[in-house]
Amino acid sequence: MRLEPRTALSPLTTLGASLGAIAFTLVICALLILWANADVFAAYGAIFNGAFGSRFAITETLTRATPLIFTGLAAAVAFRAKLYNIGAEGQLYVGAIAAVAASIWMTNDAGELGLPLAIAFPLMIAAGALAGALLLLIPTLLKTQFKVDEVVTTLLLNFIALLFVSMLLDGPMKDPTAMGWPQSPTLLADLEFSKLVDRARLHTGLLLACAMSIILWIVLSFTRFGLSLRAVGANPRGAAFAGISVNGTMIKVALISGALAGLAGVGEVAGRTGYVTLDMSPGYGYSGIVIAMLAGLNPLGVALAAVFVGAAIVGADAMSRVVNVPTYIADVIVATALISVLVAGLLTQYKLRWR
Amino acid sequence: MNEILLLLADVDFWVAVLRIATPLIFGTLGVLLCERAGVLNLGIEGIMVAGAFTGWLTVYLGGSLWLGVCIAALTGALFGMLHSLLVVRLPLSQHVAGLGITLFATSLSYYTYRVTFPKVESPPKIESFAEMNWLPIPILSQQTPLTLLALALVPTIGYVLYRTPLGLALRAVGENPQAVESQGIDVMRLRTGAIVAGSALMGVGGAFLTLAAFNSFFFNMVNGRGWICVALIVFASWRPGKALFGAILFAFFDAAQLRLQQSGGGALPYQLYLMLPYVLSILALVLVARKAAYPQALMQPYVKGAR
Repeated sequence: MRLEPRTALSPLTTLGASLGAIAFTLVICALLILWANADVFAAYGAIFNGAFGSRFAITETLTRATPLIFTGLAAAVAFRAKLYNIGAEGQLYVGAIAAVAASIWMTNDAGELGLPLAIAFPLMIAAGALAGALLLLIPTLLKTQFKVDEVVTTLLLNFIALLFVSMLLDGPMKDPTAMGWPQSPTLLADLEFSKLVDRARLHTGLLLACAMSIILWIVLSFTRFGLSLRAVGANPRGAAFAGISVNGTMIKVALISGALAGLAGVGEVAGRTGYVTLDMSPGYGYSGIVIAMLAGLNPLGVALAAVFVGAAIVGADAMSRVVNVPTYIADVIVATALISVLVAGLLTQYKLRWR
Repeated sequence: MNEILLLLADVDFWVAVLRIATPLIFGTLGVLLCERAGVLNLGIEGIMVAGAFTGWLTVYLGGSLWLGVCIAALTGALFGMLHSLLVVRLPLSQHVAGLGITLFATSLSYYTYRVTFPKVESPPKIESFAEMNWLPIPILSQQTPLTLLALALVPTIGYVLYRTPLGLALRAVGENPQAVESQGIDVMRLRTGAIVAGSALMGVGGAFLTLAAFNSFFFNMVNGRGWICVALIVFASWRPGKALFGAILFAFFDAAQLRLQQSGGGALPYQLYLMLPYVLSILALVLVARKAAYPQALMQPYVKGAR
């Protein structure tokens, strides 16, 4: 078996590869559903209904997608520059805790917002973004200055960040009224993101996330910085030869990527929970990487892929209440989709020759 | 100071160190085989979960403990096969494929666990490996046979790598695959073999958790051990002996922080102790990074005939 680069790319190949990837994913997961002794069509129907079947379902899916867009963008921009940021999970948590810390800091003695909202609100968002950015800056500087591989350090920093947040929740940032649960004080109500629709959890964080994906797409596609970022990712030596500062670009990318992951945390705390707990993210940081890959590292695609993953999670949750299939099927669907999309993407670039 | 000396003289402490080190030895040796052949395998975290699960399930369903170990190795090998299909046969990004394998293996294990045991309150238990009380060596006699296996693998892999033609070819394929191909050796086969063997070791490392360290399977039980192995291999500069040393050093700090937590009496937040091994891992990476001799072809897909 060997690969031969395709010279011309027909739209039919692309379409076929995409449909093939979807079909493959559906078949694999159908087998797993059958194995759980459930009706495949009922299960898939329940997943779809749970994700898109009603106004409430759609808002839930989009609520789930909001942090995933942020972490997906964080991974996409970093991976474009071949900065393998696997630490979005930790960056999300420090972003969330920094937003709450900013809220506490801006609270006056009367328990109200001590600053005008027009200053306080951006300040809270900036605090979360900055915290995420700084957390990614550490491994990036280690990479540029000491050549330490960032995959491992960002991964390890996830554990350190989570323990750090856990320490804050046990100590200086413990909510005294939380009956002993490790939980931060609640964000000031003034600082919360407003709801987008009645009687649903969907909040304006979604708009911020979508705006970010459009801005990032423009930056990557049409600006000098975007060009140097892509050049550094494609060929660092060539980029350096062309006069681009590779390390400087890496550091800027790290600040953007970390800030986006931090924003995911701000969105969760200001839009959904109101306070930080240690289970506020079921691995949004890691899912972000999958989403970025499903989207082919395209910021606009990230939003769509995030909705797909959000729908799988919300749909599987609803389905497991009706049909007897464990919710973990959502992760299996996403993982299978990732692998088959990667292979399908490759097959649009290469022809397989069996000898 | 005195406390540290007492700790070093404490047999129970060293027993704990070796127990903590065992899955890391398996995992780091697995990573070593993959990376020496030029392939990053970030699937390790998920492969350890899958090995832990299938090994345990085999014993739970009535298989013997050693059959459980074999099934765990087989599970690891299968995921290794998938990984090599993606990154050796097809030139996909090794980072991404590995993370995909981790997600796939983990979610598949959790799904299977829930399908098999829909409503269990406490995780079902098995009769795990017994300590080797018959062994007349102090610390080893309180370990399970899997630890002995891990220790025996270190010189075995060292011998194969440095004293056999296969080892030479394996090391060369991670440095200069074109040169290996020119000698008439199939690069793809060699890399696939290394990944499959390495992943099998990762699977056994996971199985140690359910078959020896604990006696049941629960969610999040691997808890980053796989990632630690990926860090340890850099520290160990891709050498089996140093891999053993690195695993034991990490386990030493992990065991020490557990002791300090108990004896410290809450003077410091317990999270600081838990952070210690991770912080030290990063520091160790910084120390060795400058002179780290990465296998030259690591993460570079080999396309036959391409330059």
